Amino acid sequence: MDTSEDILQQASPGLIPGSGTARAAKPTRLSPSFISWLQAGPMMLVFLAFFLIPLVFVVIVSFWDYNEYQLLPAFSGRGYTDTFEGCIAQLPDLCTIGRTYVMTLKLCFMVWAITLFIGFWVAYFLAFHVKSKTWQMGLSLLCTIPFWTSNVIRMIAWIPLLGRNGLVNSGLVKTGLINHPLEWLLFSEFSVVLALVHLFTFFMVVPIFNSMVRIDKSLIEAAYDAGATGFQTLVNVIIPLAKPGIVIGSIFVITIVMGDFITIGVMGGQQIAAAGKIIETRVNALQFPAAAANAVILLAITFLIITMMSRIVDIKKEL
Amino acid sequence: MTETTRTKGVSRRTLLKGTAGLAGLAAGSGAITGFPYVKSADAKVLRYLGTAVNEGDDISKQCLKDTGIKIEYITATTDDVTKRVMTQPNSFDVLDTEYFSLKKLVPSGNILALDARKIKEFDNITPVFTKGQTPGGKKIGNQGTAPWKVLYLEGKDSKKFATSATEFVTLIPTVYNADTLGIRPDLIKRPISSWSELLNPEFKGKASILNIPSIGIMDAAMVVEATGKYKYADKGNMTKEEIDLTMKVMTEAKKAGQFRAFWKDFNESVNLMASGETVIQSMWSPAVTKVRSMGIACTFQPLKEGYRSWASGFCVSKGVSGAKLEWAYEFVNWFLSGYAGAYLNRQGYYSAVLSTAKAHMEPYEWAYWMEGKAAEKDIKAPDGSLLEKAGAVRDGGSYEDRMGGVACWNAVMDENDYMVRKWNEFIAA
Repeated sequence: MDTSEDILQQASPGLIPGSGTARAAKPTRLSPSFISWLQAGPMMLVFLAFFLIPLVFVVIVSFWDYNEYQLLPAFSGRGYTDTFEGCIAQLPDLCTIGRTYVMTLKLCFMVWAITLFIGFWVAYFLAFHVKSKTWQMGLSLLCTIPFWTSNVIRMIAWIPLLGRNGLVNSGLVKTGLINHPLEWLLFSEFSVVLALVHLFTFFMVVPIFNSMVRIDKSLIEAAYDAGATGFQTLVNVIIPLAKPGIVIGSIFVITIVMGDFITIGVMGGQQIAAAGKIIETRVNALQFPAAAANAVILLAITFLIITMMSRIVDIKKEL
Repeated sequence: MTETTRTKGVSRRTLLKGTAGLAGLAAGSGAITGFPYVKSADAKVLRYLGTAVNEGDDISKQCLKDTGIKIEYITATTDDVTKRVMTQPNSFDVLDTEYFSLKKLVPSGNILALDARKIKEFDNITPVFTKGQTPGGKKIGNQGTAPWKVLYLEGKDSKKFATSATEFVTLIPTVYNADTLGIRPDLIKRPISSWSELLNPEFKGKASILNIPSIGIMDAAMVVEATGKYKYADKGNMTKEEIDLTMKVMTEAKKAGQFRAFWKDFNESVNLMASGETVIQSMWSPAVTKVRSMGIACTFQPLKEGYRSWASGFCVSKGVSGAKLEWAYEFVNWFLSGYAGAYLNRQGYYSAVLSTAKAHMEPYEWAYWMEGKAAEKDIKAPDGSLLEKAGAVRDGGSYEDRMGGVACWNAVMDENDYMVRKWNEFIAA
């Protein structure tokens, strides 16, 4: 609960109203802790109603039994046992769920690494090279332009570009660089990663930029005065101070990619397994408990990754 | 004093807002049933849940003109239609769904069987549905969930399918078709005559099937049988061993790079074909028409092993009664009376009552669509756009040839759960 509010606060300062300043400005007889509760209350209620309670239901349903057309509210581990079917018998080969998660994690890692790299330098440029606030603002807005169209359209727009007879292939063939169209441009891991990076780099840029603009410029000057090279300043001053932004951006990207099945489906030609896809197939077959069980597994794994990340960087302390 | 008043006002307003919100929630969730009925007591309104196949503005406009019934379409994919029947049976009045869903819908008790005696044209419904044969007497393949297996119920509230005709009909048939592979003749450049071509290494990286497990596996089974590897007792109701075998063949092909992509919806299949990413794939008839209307050669290729067929029809939600039920009968009767049937025939589908549809079509249209004859004049789609020039012949020929060539029907297997798990494995392979 605390963490998520911190994340929101960090991602867009001022989103949670009144923390700090309002309290000081208007003295009141109500105890400060009561006011804090009042301020956190609405968010807490929303969180409770739209996240915690549904989540509890998902966990409960994941332990129900089911048949072709209904949920049977009797305790059953079938959703889980079906999911891990044959996992032990198949060793050392991976079973379906194992392969699916290896693939999902692989895509997730690639997308994370690339968006972090691009996002970091875009944020760096915006924070340190663009001097005027107006330009900073203007360029940040420029980053949001792709978001003016729908997710699906941005994704589908790649298809005529990367296809067998697409712009890229026909261009390459015409210039004589290749004889046959490149098949791996579309409906491959490459196209999936490309589309995901295109879609989500922005989620890295914003929090990292946010952390970077808060860095006291005099620290950088001090480093420079102390004789540090640009690289040393980057490694010893900027990166440590931008860490909270990096972690928050990473959490955004990782949670989205772990749960994604639409982009992976469309760009992967429906041939690449994704954890979210298994859930979708199960729901479509009306096997809700099995879908819920897979959702719980996905949540647990994502949660594990995020816990590990917040071990590396204590966001609360850094803020 | 003023301060207090204001506070009171605020709290009252907040309270009102809260109540209104709650009422809205309740209405939205369907908890307050009957709510919309009050308003629509005079205007005859039916909420019509279905896939987009039968749903057309022209049909609803004509229906309003002829009967005064206003149709409100609720469009969803086949899977979502089923989900909605299970979880929100009060959110629709008339249900338009496929016969194979009945294995799930009927036991759920959420749909109401219609009374055959109240359907005027019931006796004129094509024998495809009632007897499993064409009007010309050709026997139709009965593998899978063939409509005549699930057409009747034992009683009004029965959850069991009757083996012989009763007056309680699960779905009043509306539309059906025989599906096969779509090909790009301009890129393949040779005749294609068997389902086995889907896995022919010649088309490596250029083939596709649909990623809807219950339909995809039927297409896969047609392929396996065509290659001579195995002969199924019932492709639409496989044993676990048969599912394993089918998925093994498909997995090997997938690992060898046979498939360019799988598709999930109409537009995806059109794009794959139109862009030349694939040259042979499972396809639906209107998708083939769509590719052709883009000026790209595409054939809905008849194959020697026959077609995989599907059929859909009408029933009503269990919550429908009284006047509303009468309107539902009126609507179904109107639907079978010809206008809608002719409209569907002109889209390349088939209507359930042939005689009434024929009366609403021009003789040359009937000859082209139903008798497999060369078009005397240009063939136009219901919206007036040109489909085929004069002289063209429909893929697969006449109604007799196409429906007579059906080998199996879309199905929900007894081992559906196992099949879905195996399908996931295939995708992950």
